[in-house]
Amino acid sequence: MSTSAATELFLAKPHLQQLLNALSARGYCIIGPTIDQSAIVYAEIRTVDELPQGWTDQQEPATYRLVRREDNAWFGYAVGPHSWKRYLFPPFATVAVADRTAAGWQMSTPHEPVPKYAFLGVRACELAAIKIQDKVFLEGAYVDPIYRARREQAFVIAVNCTSAGANCFCTSMNTGPRCTTGFDLALTELPDAFLVEVGSDSGGEVLAELQTRVADVEEQAAAERARQQAVSQITKRLDTTDIRNLLLTNLEHPRWAEVATRCLSCTNCTMVCPTCFCASVNEVSDLQGDHVERQRQWDSCFNLDFSYMNGGHIRNDIRSRYRQWMTHKLASWIDQFGSSGCVGCGRCITWCPVGIDLTEEVAAIRGETP
Amino acid sequence: MNSSPVTAPARPPVPENPWLSHTVRIEQIVPEIAEVATYELAFVDSTIAATYQFQPGQFNMLYLPGVGEVAISISADPRSRERWAHTIRVAGSVTQSLARLQPGATLGLRGPYGNPWPVAACEGRDVILVAGGIGLAPLRPVIYELLANRNRYRKVTVLVGARTPEGLLYPGQYADWKAAGIDLQTTVDRASPGWLGNVGVVPQLLDRMALPAPQETVLLVCGPEVMMHFTVKSAQRRGVPVENIWLSSERNMQCAVRLCGHCQLGPTFVCKDGPVYRFDQIAPFLKVEGL
Repeated sequence: MSTSAATELFLAKPHLQQLLNALSARGYCIIGPTIDQSAIVYAEIRTVDELPQGWTDQQEPATYRLVRREDNAWFGYAVGPHSWKRYLFPPFATVAVADRTAAGWQMSTPHEPVPKYAFLGVRACELAAIKIQDKVFLEGAYVDPIYRARREQAFVIAVNCTSAGANCFCTSMNTGPRCTTGFDLALTELPDAFLVEVGSDSGGEVLAELQTRVADVEEQAAAERARQQAVSQITKRLDTTDIRNLLLTNLEHPRWAEVATRCLSCTNCTMVCPTCFCASVNEVSDLQGDHVERQRQWDSCFNLDFSYMNGGHIRNDIRSRYRQWMTHKLASWIDQFGSSGCVGCGRCITWCPVGIDLTEEVAAIRGETP
Repeated sequence: MNSSPVTAPARPPVPENPWLSHTVRIEQIVPEIAEVATYELAFVDSTIAATYQFQPGQFNMLYLPGVGEVAISISADPRSRERWAHTIRVAGSVTQSLARLQPGATLGLRGPYGNPWPVAACEGRDVILVAGGIGLAPLRPVIYELLANRNRYRKVTVLVGARTPEGLLYPGQYADWKAAGIDLQTTVDRASPGWLGNVGVVPQLLDRMALPAPQETVLLVCGPEVMMHFTVKSAQRRGVPVENIWLSSERNMQCAVRLCGHCQLGPTFVCKDGPVYRFDQIAPFLKVEGL
């Protein structure tokens, strides 16, 4: 690494396009924040003009609205309904194919081109989510080949938050808002520039092609103030003290029945969650039934069929399904993968149509609220 | 017969694509009880047949292209080298489609998966196998293993329960197992004409058994959850330590490789941490409805 991580480089704002150009020249498909259907989503971008310049997201439980910012910040929002998991762990993928031959069924692995992604605008909570999914898909006895192929090639450009949404609670989960690890480059946005940190050799190589200079003390202080502003705006808290035992010893708590009267079991929370990894495989065959593709699709523990077994459903009420989701996310994940499955991004709160807030549910089980 | 123990195979090589099945051919279909048949499956690729090994209690994913996959415990002798028995009850779409196949048909198989029964922990001890209904199928490889090295184990008892006499699995093998030194007892919930044996639930057989050395007794249980619950209670009352009690659990199984999330039971994944669990590792979660 040519530049120490502590050194921040100054990149004049318009020169961010140079970064996009350098990545394009290297064959990357750049995925970044852009506005679609009144939300900031992650999609392929080619120019910085496609960034949500001057927009922010106002979030509350069950509420997400884009509003104009007073300034023209390019990354002046929190997180939207998308997360990077849709690119590393695609919502639909073919995991195997089967063909009927004279010698019987032959199964094989489909060979599809692997997209080479550069992710622009990855938040600290999202870096943490990627790390958690790495553990799920790459670090067990069996590796998910689809995730691995995408992950190995991905170039990650993190962007430090300089403001926070009302549903953000990364400080409770120790995942942010500062990006500290897991990126190739990390940006902090100032009014007219980005300060850039290098997190990997390949990040340093790309950065070397851009017009940068070492940031001066004042610029570094301004970046630190901007990052600190995000910290001070975070008001939501989740008390994680002994949370694993709290939840797993309260599996019959009356709150589960209470939340079930509000929860619609719609699966939104699991779809927007950047760490939820449950999936099902469907058989998709041609008309003759001689060629069959096994298509994996995101699934959710809120779907009734998720727990189907021998003609019945194990979790046949919303109470048991909400309990499964929350105890898995916040408690049994610790047993399974060594950390919480929650990164504090707040998406499940924002996109819940009835505004269920898991931090409130935990507080209720803790006995802090009625 | 005094053969070497089943060597615990080193973890099988991890496949590049964990979803990829091997082609197997149905060599023989043996009707068992109503709705249940045993399928003898052979690998079409002889190199896989040469290296395939499993341990008692492990399961395979059987795949019918266009229909789906289903987790089936292996009920074969662990020393099988050419064909592997899977005893299957018609329950859902995959098993229904399987029931329509004839010998010679091919399907997919991947595995083995899951934690096995603790055969090594049975050595030098009294061993009680308790099976309800089709729960005898995942225990049959243990019986083969115990019989292959009968002198390594003390008293071996197999308690088999079924709803009716016609529901007792593998009845044609009972005489051989008894002759080879197993105390095999059966019971049925409801007798039918001609039945002269026990009537009652299988935990009652355990209640009535002499347990001379409960501390040195290992209990392996497989059957409906309510039957396992009362069997474990009976064993605990009789002084069998919880760490000597093992049971096999079941959940919706899709990937079998800890990647899809379906088979969670409390903080565990049945495909990885089960299906065989030591009772005390899973006890708090078994009694919670809908977990």
